[in-house]
Amino acid sequence: MHETALIAEVLKTVRQSALENNLPKVTKIKLAIGKLSMALPEALIFAFQVLKKGTICEEAELEIESKEIILQCLDCTQEFRSQDYNFSCPFCARSRIKIIQGRELHIISFEGEENELGSNCGSTLIKSQ
Amino acid sequence: MNLEVIVAQPLLKANEELAGQNRNRLNRGGITTVNLISAPGAGKTTLLEKTIGALKNLFSIGIVEGDIYTTFDSERLAGQGVAVVQINTYGGCHLDAQMVAQALERLPLAKLKLLFIENVGNLVCPAEFDLGENCKVAILSVSEGSDKPKKYPLVFQEAEAVILNKIDLLPYTDFDLAAAKEQLKEIKNNLVIFPLSAKTGEGMEAWVEWLKDKVSQTEKSSATG
Ligand SMILES: Nc1nc2c(ncn2[C@@H]2O[C@H](COP(=O)(O)OP(=O)(O)OP(=O)(O)O)[C@@H](O)[C@H]2O)c(=O)[nH]1
Ligand SMILES: [Mg+2]
Ligand SMILES: [Zn+2]
Repeated sequence: MHETALIAEVLKTVRQSALENNLPKVTKIKLAIGKLSMALPEALIFAFQVLKKGTICEEAELEIESKEIILQCLDCTQEFRSQDYNFSCPFCARSRIKIIQGRELHIISFEGEENELGSNCGSTLIKSQ
Repeated sequence: MNLEVIVAQPLLKANEELAGQNRNRLNRGGITTVNLISAPGAGKTTLLEKTIGALKNLFSIGIVEGDIYTTFDSERLAGQGVAVVQINTYGGCHLDAQMVAQALERLPLAKLKLLFIENVGNLVCPAEFDLGENCKVAILSVSEGSDKPKKYPLVFQEAEAVILNKIDLLPYTDFDLAAAKEQLKEIKNNLVIFPLSAKTGEGMEAWVEWLKDKVSQTEKSSATG
């Protein structure tokens, strides 16, 4: 339901980072979305199609990496995958758990085309910040 | 040429930072903060009215009232002699930490021991947004059906306690109390569950005692820390 607000945040963050990195055009954005997060991929894609218009992400595609739910039992420390939203530990049957993976709502990375004048012509470079 | 930039940033980072600031501020003041989350009409405001009635002579209580457009709920609560601040989200389906930070500015924090935040009626988004509370409490009313925990697991996983409200209506619904409890336990074994009726008052004592306990725990930890 708040997918529109999430995408607005994505566009804002990516725009700022693209400008800092001298990338006037963004071609791809990768997000990690946990299965336990309440954001629906289809709704994210729809919001993206609408909101990217007129921004430097206008021609970008959105790639969503869906993250399975991985839990850790706080009683026996085993890690396990949650099936069908069952959070009880398959090893000791209790369910005091910590969520290891599945709550993600992250921007992983984005790709952009460099300015003609950019100095890194000819190679694809991975930059961390 | 194409360049890939690694961002590795949570989308809700700004919210999480602000929530942390709210939490520090509230903890320093020794205030217990409860974020109430439910679907529309599950009984958040009614429960607050009854809870305030039971506790307001013991310590001073504040309310942050989230609503999309109206001020009906805060009008109901303002008559009770507690500090109420209204937040209208104008279409927004949840409260965020920024809104709560603004509301805190308008509350007499130095006096408060207990602060309730009535979130916007919605079981989906509010679970995702930390406001800086000590605990989330989810309310499920028996007229909503006992399959809700499995449909909206995040809110029940995030909650410390769940109120099963409107038990006075049990005879008129097909709500299966035992099945709902079992589903909740599968999601989180150590959930505290309070079946009650905010209307008739049945089952309210256990909830009120739990809150009193929370308040004295917070007082102790802010006195020692
Ligand atoms: N029978 C019965 N009705 C209840 C109970 N608690 C609340 N209600 C009724 O349910 C309706 C909604 O209650 P509210 O307290 O306004 O619910 P809410 O969760 O604050 O609603 P929103 O703020 O609009 O999301 C009202 O008509 C209440 O009188 C209860 O325990 N039993
Ligand atoms: Mg209400
Ligand atoms: Zn275990």
